[in-house]
Order: sequence, then structure tokens, then C-alpha cells
Amino acid sequence: MALSRLTSRSNTITRPFSAVFSRLISTDTTPITIETSLPFTAHLCDPPSRSVESSSQELLNFFRTMALMRRMEIAADSLYKAKLIRGFCHLYDGQEAVAIGMEAAITKKDAIITAYRDHCIFLGRGGSLHEVFSELMGRQDGCSRGKGGSMHFYKKESSFYGGHGIVGAQVPLGVGIAFAQKYSKEEAVTFAMYGDGAANQGQLFEALNMAALWDLPAILVCENNHYGMGTAEWRAAKSPSYYKRGDYVPGLKVDGMDAFAVKQACKFAKEHALEKGPIILEMDTYRYHGHSMSDPGSTYRTRDEISGVRQERDPIERIKKLVLAHDLATEKELKDMEKEIRKEVDDAIAKAKDCPMPEPSELFTNVYVKGYGTETFGADRKEVKAVFP
Amino acid sequence: MLGILRQRAVDGGLSTSFLRKTRSALVSARSYAAGAKEMTVRDALNSAIDEEMSADPKVFVMGEEVGQYQGAYKITKGLLEKYGPERVYDTPITEAGFTGIGVGAAYAGLKPVVEFMTFNFSMQAIDHIINSAAKSNYMSAGQINVPIVFRGPNGAAAGVGAQHSQCYAAWYASVPGLKVLAPYSAEDARGLLKAAIRDPDPVVFLENELLYGESFPISEEALDSSFCLPIGKAKIEREGKDVTITTFSKMVGFALKAAEKLAEDGISAEVINLRSIRPLDRATINASVRKTSRLVTVEEGFPQHGVCAEICASVVEESFSYLDAPVERIAGADVPMPYAANLERLALPQVEDIVRAAKRACYRSK
Repeated sequence: MALSRLTSRSNTITRPFSAVFSRLISTDTTPITIETSLPFTAHLCDPPSRSVESSSQELLNFFRTMALMRRMEIAADSLYKAKLIRGFCHLYDGQEAVAIGMEAAITKKDAIITAYRDHCIFLGRGGSLHEVFSELMGRQDGCSRGKGGSMHFYKKESSFYGGHGIVGAQVPLGVGIAFAQKYSKEEAVTFAMYGDGAANQGQLFEALNMAALWDLPAILVCENNHYGMGTAEWRAAKSPSYYKRGDYVPGLKVDGMDAFAVKQACKFAKEHALEKGPIILEMDTYRYHGHSMSDPGSTYRTRDEISGVRQERDPIERIKKLVLAHDLATEKELKDMEKEIRKEVDDAIAKAKDCPMPEPSELFTNVYVKGYGTETFGADRKEVKAVFP
Repeated sequence: MLGILRQRAVDGGLSTSFLRKTRSALVSARSYAAGAKEMTVRDALNSAIDEEMSADPKVFVMGEEVGQYQGAYKITKGLLEKYGPERVYDTPITEAGFTGIGVGAAYAGLKPVVEFMTFNFSMQAIDHIINSAAKSNYMSAGQINVPIVFRGPNGAAAGVGAQHSQCYAAWYASVPGLKVLAPYSAEDARGLLKAAIRDPDPVVFLENELLYGESFPISEEALDSSFCLPIGKAKIEREGKDVTITTFSKMVGFALKAAEKLAEDGISAEVINLRSIRPLDRATINASVRKTSRLVTVEEGFPQHGVCAEICASVVEESFSYLDAPVERIAGADVPMPYAANLERLALPQVEDIVRAAKRACYRSK
């Protein structure tokens, strides 16, 4: 039952939804080589080349998808302020290059697991805007049928394992998925993503030790946005060189605002992990929003810093400049694309708003796969009872 | 499924000190039928894991000393030799890490059997058991199920002190999304562990160190490799009509001894072996209390918010008008486990405590 609902809902982003987009990409598949803005810094390995193979199709796709991700997160901000999204909402705007660069280097057989800042990763794995907004607003069509919320997006058929609320827990889980990939001889890898705050978690080092001992195809990706909630990295980590923290495990420091650098690093990491075992990627990135919607994000950093990054390093601006430089579209075409994206997002929100909330009976579904007919209870057990199938 | 009722005929019953002395030795019960097989709980668990690993290549074992050392309590003896290092993993002493890895492997479709050397150490990994395993199927609306078994010795051993003696049944059984099983006999051990490994949900499997060496009669049916016990069903170990005694794990043996003593005084006690703490077989417990009108519920763990408290609440809610006496609880003392032998004995339920409570319930105390 759930499976058919999932397949009918799933929607890849590369579906030519936008008229402008499909016209632009239909013509050109010529290869393009892009130089990363910064070199890679390596620990216990030889860094990959700064020349990244791409294509005009990929370049345009990067722009479109990142613009979509950006628009989606900004829209979520408004929905949260309108109290349509409740609880926690951790936004990813600024970090889009990590999600998109990673997807460009891997397949859907490679697994991704991340923490709670998961909306854009979910989109990158093939999730739809409708699933995102429905889940955020707690509706039936949400990717977790409204039962997970912002922090618990999953897409198992695309090997996206969530969506985790406990800081750091996703790293051993990700190493476990890599374990399963090696056990089943799948020739696939797992990207376990975490932040600079989670980088100090003990369980991370426990899992990394085992990954190294057993040569697991695990890639630990530290999305270093320099603040663990309100605590700057230098206040939390004696050594904020997260790419070196693996000690005996090789690492690479990557400009996380450069989608092509991210792509190259992930490609490199995948090859490494399949042959030699775990590796750490530190993505130097930045989030424009605060830690969550309840954090203004300006009490522990200056507005100048935020606007400075936006001016100098914004990942979408960078791609836009490349698109224009390679004559793949005009400014006006890109603006039209952004308008279409805005409309796409607005339409998805309207559709999600119309979606009903889960049935009360859903309170009791999916507690177990196999319930053995046992009883379960609501708040007043003499009033509300159910039986697990 | 006819389990042969086990009756201890050793003089004076098995006191805790006797158990301590003979912990690793086999204590054989009398056979009833010629050629009836016996099996230790240890062998029962070992054979269960062995058979499930043989039947399903996705099943693997992970934990400290489970491989080369043959298992801290020898439960996984011989498995490394038989299945190789690709299926039996010795881990470093890093519970949070390897439990997370086990849960992640279960996310991706494997069937890990994760051993905690004792469940005291599971506290280092409890976040993964609860937040990563128990809740995932619900939070993902059925996308991510977690077919994992967490197993190991639970509760008091003998003289191991406060940090190594806690019973975790109540804690884990309070969590929706987990299943919690507690075998007593060899048949329980086999049937429940096999069921747990096959189960698509996370199962906490609470064994008992002092039971590992105990031998129980075991039926041919239970020896079959397809043997499985149902999860969520208690077993009536001894039928009776005057008072219901519910318990699990090692205390089942104590309750059976108490029932013998009570029988000498003309009180017929019904002993229920819970087998499954979550789901709890409220139906069997309540049906029994409606028959006997009296309840004595026994557990080894701390008394406050324990398994007994849940059973008492269930009986008071469901069968109030059938009760002829207040519900009785016999549990571990409300203190950390002391080391000195006499204090340890005072900290744990003894047969005489169960007898006394049953007599109180029958208005037969002094």
C-alpha cells in the first residue's frame, strides 16, 4: 500500500518542468571543464585535480536545482512564520552546493544519511516539493505521511536514510549502511553527513575506527558551516581542522560553496572508499539562516559576516556566473527560470496546503511491522484502543 | 507444544548461594520419560543463532569477544569457525559506535544480532536502541524498518556489584517500537531467539547469566530448526487456582519453587512465565487473575516504575471486580546492588518472599 503511494508521488527534479529550462538543455551536451576556485587541502592522500569534467547540461541543472532548493527553503521560512510549519525547522540555504555537487558525483545506489538539515538533500535524492511541503506542514502526502516532520525525511528507494534529530547519531548509522553495502558486495558507498558541531561526538570516532578496521566504504562528510548552533567552531573544537580529525583516516578539505569542487571531491572520495576504506571530506560552507527558525542567527555572528559570504561566495551566484561565461543562457533567461521556479514552489505549497492531515487512525500505524494483534492505547486507554496488525 | 513441566526435587530448593556455587556446572533435573533430551540455556541460544545464520545469509553477529574468544559467556561459541569473519564480528569496546553500526546495517536490510556483554553496557548505546531503532519505522511511516536483535545477559549475576547488576526490562519495555523478550527455559531461549531474529522489528532480548548453565528438558519439536515461539504470548508454567504469580527470566524458577512450598500449605499457585515483556500478554494475566482472584507479580529489577507496576495497573484496570485481595509486588530492593553476599541476598527476591506475598494475598499470613 505504502509503496504504490510512494512511486506515484515521486518526482525527480530533472523532469523538464520548466519551459525555459527544457529549451536550454535540449540542445547542448558538450563537455565543459571547470576549474575549482580553490585548491583542495589533503590529509594522508593526494588531492584530486582542480579540473572538473562537466557539461552544459550539468551546469544548467546545477543552477536550476540550487535555485529550486534556495527558493524552497526561503518559502519554508515564511511558512514557519505563518505557523504552518511547527516545531523545528533547520534551513539549508547557503549550503546548496554540497547537496548538488554530491548528487552529481554519485548514483542512487550510493547512500546518503544526514542530520536534521535535510530538506535539500531529500530533494536531491529525488524527493518532490509536494512531499517536502506536505511533510513540513504535517499532511498525509508528506514523505513520512506527516508523522516525521522536518527532521525525519526519508527516501529508501533512493538510498536516502534520513533525517536524524540526535546530533552525531547519523554517523555510526551511516557507517552501518556502508557495512551493509560491503557485506552485500554492492560496489556502492555511503555518505554520512554531519556538522562541525557533531564533529566532536565520541560515537563518530568509534564508528570511524571500525570503518577503518573493516575497510568500509564510508565517506564522512563534515558540512562545516562554522557554527554548532550558536557556538563558533573555535569555541567547540580544539582542532577545527575537521578533515584531519580522522587521524589515521585520510581527509580532504573542500570549498563547500563551489558545487564543482564538491562534485570532484565526492567522486574522488567514492573511488577511495571503494578501494581503500573510509575518508573524511570537510566542506567549508555557510548557512545564511540561524541554526533553526528559532535562532535569528545574528547574536553569535555579525550581519556583515553573513552578507559578506553572500556577496563573495554564494554558490548559486557562482554557477550563474559560469553559465553566463559559457554562454549557456542569458541573464533574462535565468531570471525567467527563477520566476518559473518561484511559481513551481508556490504551486507546491498551495497543493500541500490543500492536503488533509493524517487520519486519527494513523496515530497507531507503523509502530511495528508485525504487531501480532497486540493492543495499544491512546491517552485514555478505556476510550481509545487499537490493535496492531 | 507440550513443554514438560520442570519440577525441582533438590532438597531445600536452589538457593542463591547454591546457584552461585554451581553457576557454571550443569544441574540436571530428573528425567521423566526415558530418553527425554536436555539442553542448557547456553546451548539453546547458541543453536538458535547458528540455525538462523544458516537459514538466512543476512543474519550476522556483532559484539565484544563474540568471535575469537568464543563469546564472553560462550553463547556464540563455534560461530566464527563455522561462518567466518564476514559474519561474526569482534568489535572494539565501543557500544555507541557498534550499536549505531548495527542499526545502520539493519536500515540497509541486514539482520544484525548485536551482543551486549551485559545490558548494563547497553546504556552507552541506548540512544541508538531507542531513537535510531525503535522509532524509525514510525517516523518514516514504514519506509525504514529495523530487523535487529540486541541480546545479552540482563539483571543480577552473583557478586558483581551495583554497576553490573541492573535489570533493564522496565526501561526498554516502556518504549513503543521495541519488542522485549525474556526467556526462562532452554525451550524459551531457542524459540524466542529464533522468533526475535526473524522478526522485522527491533527486539531487546534479555537473557540471564545465571541461567546459561542450567539444563532443561527439551522436546523434539523445540529442537527442530523451524521451531519458533510466538512473541507476545505468556506461558502458564504451572496451573493453579488460588493465586496468580507472574514473573520472567530467572524468577520463574523461584516462582515455581515458591509454588511447591505453597502447595504444601494447601495453596494452589498458578505460575505465569511472561516470556514477552513487550508486547505484554495482558489477556493471559488477566484471565488467570479472574480465575484465582489474587495476584503476586515478581521481578528482579528495581521496584519503582517496574514491570510489576505495569502488571498491577493492568489487573486493577481490567479485573478490579475479580480481585479478592490487594495486588502484591515482589521486586528487587530499592537500592543499588550491594556486593556483600548477605546484602546481595537481601537486595534480590527470594523464594520465601514470593511465598509470603502469596500467603498475604490469600489472607494466610501471620
